[in-house]
Amino acid sequence: MSDGAVETAARVVAAQRTGSLFRRQWPWLAALAFAVVVPWFAFDWSTGRHSGFGVSMLSQIGIMIIFALSYNMLMGQAGLLSFGHAVFLGLGGYVTAHVVTASRNGFPLPLELTPLVGGLSGLGFAIVLGYFATKQRATAFAMITLGIGELVTSCALMFRIFFGGEGGVSTNRMTGHSLLGLAYGAPIQVYYLIVAWTAFSVAAMLLLTRTPLGRMANACRDNFERAQFVGYDPRMVRFFQFALSGAFAGIAGALYTLTYEIVTFDTVAGPLSANALLMTYIGGVGVFGGPVVGAVLIVLLQSWVSLLSNSWLVYAGVLFILMVTFAPMGLTGLVMMHQPIWRARRMGLLVGPYLRLLVPGLLVMMGFVLVVELCSFLTIGAAQGKSLTLGKLTIDPRSATPWLVASALLVGGGAWLRSAVGVFAVAWHAVTEHLKAAGAGS
Amino acid sequence: MEVVLVSLLNGLVYGMLLFMLASGLTLIFSMMGVLNFAHASMYMLGAYFAYSVSRLIGFWPALVIAPILCGALGALIEMYALRRVHRNGHIAELLFTVGLAFIIEKGVQMAWGLLPVPYRVPPVLDRALFHIYGSNFHAYRGFMLLISVLMFVAIWLLLTRTRIGLVIQAALTHPEMVGALGHNVPRVFTIVFAGGSVLAGLAGVIGGNYLVTEPSMAATMGPIVFVVVVFGGLGSLAGCFVASLIMGLVQTFAVVLEVSFADLLAHLGIQVTSSTPLAEVLTIPLPRVGALLPYLMLILVLLIKPRGLMGTRDT
Repeated sequence: MSDGAVETAARVVAAQRTGSLFRRQWPWLAALAFAVVVPWFAFDWSTGRHSGFGVSMLSQIGIMIIFALSYNMLMGQAGLLSFGHAVFLGLGGYVTAHVVTASRNGFPLPLELTPLVGGLSGLGFAIVLGYFATKQRATAFAMITLGIGELVTSCALMFRIFFGGEGGVSTNRMTGHSLLGLAYGAPIQVYYLIVAWTAFSVAAMLLLTRTPLGRMANACRDNFERAQFVGYDPRMVRFFQFALSGAFAGIAGALYTLTYEIVTFDTVAGPLSANALLMTYIGGVGVFGGPVVGAVLIVLLQSWVSLLSNSWLVYAGVLFILMVTFAPMGLTGLVMMHQPIWRARRMGLLVGPYLRLLVPGLLVMMGFVLVVELCSFLTIGAAQGKSLTLGKLTIDPRSATPWLVASALLVGGGAWLRSAVGVFAVAWHAVTEHLKAAGAGS
Repeated sequence: MEVVLVSLLNGLVYGMLLFMLASGLTLIFSMMGVLNFAHASMYMLGAYFAYSVSRLIGFWPALVIAPILCGALGALIEMYALRRVHRNGHIAELLFTVGLAFIIEKGVQMAWGLLPVPYRVPPVLDRALFHIYGSNFHAYRGFMLLISVLMFVAIWLLLTRTRIGLVIQAALTHPEMVGALGHNVPRVFTIVFAGGSVLAGLAGVIGGNYLVTEPSMAATMGPIVFVVVVFGGLGSLAGCFVASLIMGLVQTFAVVLEVSFADLLAHLGIQVTSSTPLAEVLTIPLPRVGALLPYLMLILVLLIKPRGLMGTRDT
């Protein structure tokens, strides 16, 4: 074979490789492209300004995507339930805040590389704390991480030099050191920095799932005794996975610091750890992209619904409980369940039953939302002096009518939904039986 | 000396309150195999129910009604939700209780508001029971101690001396065998869950006015009860009792002992000044570290002896 032929063959292989990269990873590349252009949809051309709310929400989505994916390195990939994952985000954020302040005073670190500092400190803390936590697995691991989370939160409130006590540590990201010569005064510049680091972190975590470590983490999750027989130490697998996931959480923490320029004890505390759990589980632990879906959804819910309603956490909690009860594989898991049906071109059989679920489902949802809002306006809203309005209509939570409407919606919609679910279950059963029969026949 | 004696009594009262919560939790753990994160929420609901009922018809009826309401709620949760979630595995079950705790906290905020409610000690008990070295021992603390000791004796007799108690004990460890002998094991589980909720509710009724009745009370009490249950050994009532008392005493003494590492080092002849490395850590007084102690205990016991003091199975 001549050199020219080898060269051509190599070129073909390379072209195929980029082609297949494009074919297989197109959703990620599309998401990246979307993230780059999306701030310009909310751009106000008359004043030449970005929407502050929009950019801040998008930045938060980016940070939470990294955070949720790093959480899933433990929960989904290694089967480790952690209740203290925010510790690494928070500690990474605190270290970054101190480094950024030092950088303002002359330490020549470009701002673009500060997330690296956050990641390294997250890694360091995860190595130290993970040494203890990964000695155990399952419930004991969950309890130790709970203890670590509470411990670090108490420390953050107690010690002033590193954590700044209750006031937290504030800093200023305009350090004057930049690789690209940017000042990072405008939030949009930080947003693009977040996009870059999110893309890097997502790619790195995706690649990590394909390394032997990622595979062994799955093996130890599924059957740690067999993993031991193959000759791996499950504890070391847990330890490495924990340390790396702490590093990525640290990157998220650094980006948090750069966005808000203040780090308080909230970043290490329980509610943020619970948020990671919520995002990851609602998105789905079984698919790599699941936590991304969950992060986007929860942040949207958080910043959007919280504008409309005091009780967005109730909705998030109810969604979480419904997912745990009916769809333990999360939203992406639900979608993946339809994949074989889609391939067999049988989706048409399910469209009708799905549409029949839609109307009663919406009715029940409206009834539930109405009840929650009425309740919260009776107590919290009354204390804040707000009144409940629906469009132009002002609703008085003390009168009987809205309560009657809500209970009618709940009871009537509930009964209708029950019968629709029955129809759907029959259709679903028929389709899956058909697929099974077809699978056995071929 | 007087500090020691008064703190001993206070620690005993607090420890018995913890035991009332922890005993239900450890029984439910033996049954489900996972920790119930919503247990402290039942404690909170007990306090809030007691507040509402005592405003209507007084404290004494509330002492009975509020725990029964909690028990009924617990039974409903077990029958209609947990049984279904059980099929999705342990993690799903645990996460379900986490979500439930979350929703109960938000629900309490919506129903009773964000601020603490004025749930007070009944006037009959709002006086000093006896004096000890010049400090008062409050009559309500004596009442709490009485209730918790009565409860302790009651569940001990129930579990060891009655037929249903023996069936419960057997069903916790060998559910299949008990089922094969013709007992309704799912109903036993419902009874245990409801019973644990009753105990948690009772703890809320008598603890809510002793401490504070506010929406975050479940979140502050929950981790401490976990620590007690894990420290004592999961599934062991005796260990749970010892751990509750230890935790009650540790927390009470930590508040009154005004010492720090710096004092300890001063005895050894090392003076800590503001220029000493780690000066902030060394000079912090013990009462401020008190909140850390339970979690340090939790981590230590899980690392050294994962079964806890008297546990029979690994966590």
